[in-house]
Amino acid sequence: MAVLNEEQTMLKDMVSQWVRDRMPVSVARGLYDHSGGGRKDATTGFDRDAYGEVAAMGWSGILVPEAHGGSDFGAFSLGFVLEELARTLSPLPLLSSAMIAVSALRLGGNAAQQSAWLPGLADGSIIGTLAVDEGAHHAPDTLALTATRVANGWRLDGIKRPVADGMGADLFIVAARGEDATMLFLVPADTAGLTREPLDQIDARRPALLRFDGVLLGDDAVLGHGDALLSAILDRAYVGQAAELLGLATQAFETTLDYLKTRVQFGQLIGSFQALQHRASEMFGELQLTRSAVEAALAAIDADDPQLPSLASLAKAMANGTAHRITCEMVQLHGGIGMTHEHDAGLYLKRSRVAEQAYGSSSFHRERWARLNGY
Amino acid sequence: MQNITSLASPHRLQINIEAEPAATGPETDSQQKPGGMMEDQQFRQEVRDWLSANFPPALTGVNGLIFQGDAHAAAASKDFQAWRKAMADKGWGTPTWDKAYGGAGLSPAQAKIIAQELSAIGAFNPIRSYGTMMLGPTLLEFGTEEQRLQHLPRISTHELRWCQGFSEPGAGSDLASLQMKCVDAGDHWVVSGQKIWTSGADQADWCFALVRTDTSVKHGGISFLLIDMKSPGVEARPIVLISGSTHFCEVFFNDVKVPKGNLVGAVNQGWNIAKRLLQFERSSLSEVKTDVTPLAPIAHAMLGTDEEGRIADADARARIVHNAMRHAAYLQTVRRFNEEARNGGPGNGVSTLKNLWSGIVQRRAELLVEVLGADGLGWSGDAYPADAREATRALLHSKAFSIYGGSYEIQNNITAKRSLGLPDR
Repeated sequence: MAVLNEEQTMLKDMVSQWVRDRMPVSVARGLYDHSGGGRKDATTGFDRDAYGEVAAMGWSGILVPEAHGGSDFGAFSLGFVLEELARTLSPLPLLSSAMIAVSALRLGGNAAQQSAWLPGLADGSIIGTLAVDEGAHHAPDTLALTATRVANGWRLDGIKRPVADGMGADLFIVAARGEDATMLFLVPADTAGLTREPLDQIDARRPALLRFDGVLLGDDAVLGHGDALLSAILDRAYVGQAAELLGLATQAFETTLDYLKTRVQFGQLIGSFQALQHRASEMFGELQLTRSAVEAALAAIDADDPQLPSLASLAKAMANGTAHRITCEMVQLHGGIGMTHEHDAGLYLKRSRVAEQAYGSSSFHRERWARLNGY
Repeated sequence: MQNITSLASPHRLQINIEAEPAATGPETDSQQKPGGMMEDQQFRQEVRDWLSANFPPALTGVNGLIFQGDAHAAAASKDFQAWRKAMADKGWGTPTWDKAYGGAGLSPAQAKIIAQELSAIGAFNPIRSYGTMMLGPTLLEFGTEEQRLQHLPRISTHELRWCQGFSEPGAGSDLASLQMKCVDAGDHWVVSGQKIWTSGADQADWCFALVRTDTSVKHGGISFLLIDMKSPGVEARPIVLISGSTHFCEVFFNDVKVPKGNLVGAVNQGWNIAKRLLQFERSSLSEVKTDVTPLAPIAHAMLGTDEEGRIADADARARIVHNAMRHAAYLQTVRRFNEEARNGGPGNGVSTLKNLWSGIVQRRAELLVEVLGADGLGWSGDAYPADAREATRALLHSKAFSIYGGSYEIQNNITAKRSLGLPDR
């Protein structure tokens, strides 16, 4: 863990305390039914009241400028809030709304748009999310959803899926293929022609499938143009998702480590076996690399570092790989109990696979990093 | 248990260790004193002026490890000898040591300024050696005043070379099982046995060794002894490694007489001293940085590029990129650990760091040779480009990274125990 200042240390302690009190893993478990799938009666995939508590503590406004009701405390701080919440798989739209939607408005929004949306995103009365992916893979360069010029504005046609936290979101930041450039739109959830339906994903978080059927928008809904803006927003998404994966992987590792220290076979603690000790030591090493990559990328956001795209892909690729490996080991080292829905290992595995795919798989980010670095 | 610097050789894939002040002298930071910042600036200017007058320009950018590892190269270079003498006279090779020991009596902050200014002009500390990094701090902590006065001044001038006699044929990872006998013969000790993997023993003037003074207990029967390598009965033989390097030796001790006064600390207290000394070794390990040639241009040249300018061999490219990303994350980790250590962090990550480093750079060395193809398989001859031959030797050499300084397996044991709190059997 990087060196924190006093305010950051206080914030981190506050988050840890709140997670212990209000967001044990049983909350994430509550999204599932007894079959191991998502509860059919669940609507949003997260608890709006819990998000209200998060907002009341100021976490949803960490990236929002003070003029719009936030604390402007920086991405590094928001990063360790996301990390801490992800330790218990907290089902909350903080990444979608406070990291990604807020970043989109800060990076692309004009004064009127910022005034209209940032205060609500900061106080939690509005939940925003990015609608970028459309198919099986994260492919921001090949968008199919179209934005067509019409009288007095634009018409959107196409679909978006999976949209994280999309069933409970109030505002979608929609990436579209314009007539000659990528475009980004601000689309309130109640816009005519926009419908959404829940997806029963393995993490039970209820992402949405959005259908845009001749959705008409005014020019004031245009957040911006160009691949550069979308890339800049996505860099924040990559890093934020990596921070969540780091938290998830860290907890999965610690839970597994505790098991190695309590489970007895052949008359001894299985954590005394060298084969298992070495696997644990190697996982610990991977966590160190990942933490370094994530913290460096978070710091790069705050520093406006031109290397951010490279650092963001490094962080996401490292976090994907580490969370993948550790969740596999979590199941394996717990043995039979790790295969049961009753045990938490499966919840970590399922959430990890979703977060690994979200905003780019390992191969997506290795390819991106490779191109950025001349390979 | 060889120090990481012991494998110094003029290969591409090598590690450099940043100059760091040895711990001794008054522990005052000049920045804490009134007017300290001003004094620092004055001192920095003084260092700059002195360096521009005394550092031989021909040595700019030269890796000092070459001379540290090779006595013949050191003796043959007039520039090196001039530079060594200038630094020795100034006491700046061991800046924090007292003047009585050949140092300059400077504060750690001033020592850091010297290191920074050396680095800024592409200079190296010609005094840096096993003596300054490992034995010196050990004598300052455990030695008698007589031992310090005998040895430290000649370490601080790098007149004499030291080697480390720890490992034995039967005591590698399990170092404490060492057997080299040291018997009390009244007015002197008699030492007999064998050491192995002793870096530079054939060029060394002295050896600091772990010897067995009590066979009835394991750790509690070890003592720390200083042995003159010119003593009758000492024979060092270089060992030829797979890379062709002859830097390591086996050393035979046949009834070697050693004066009583050469034992450091109390009899049978050697293991504690060795553990402390290995901490000095690890603190140098944590300073490692890798200075590596970028793989991309070589891969482009050897494997071709596709229409988008990417390495054409997709399989090789994927593996190269994966390794390069891990290397980038490793460098971030070194920076993070150093920052945390400066701020009083846990500091228990050195074993983890070492395993990450060895794994990543070994993989890299393999990839480089793979990319070179048949060109990477030459041992000698003009048919093979010099760079490629270097890469091949470096690959072979790199296999030692996960063996010396505590093997990969031992480091994992240490991580499991100290960082993760996993139980013993």
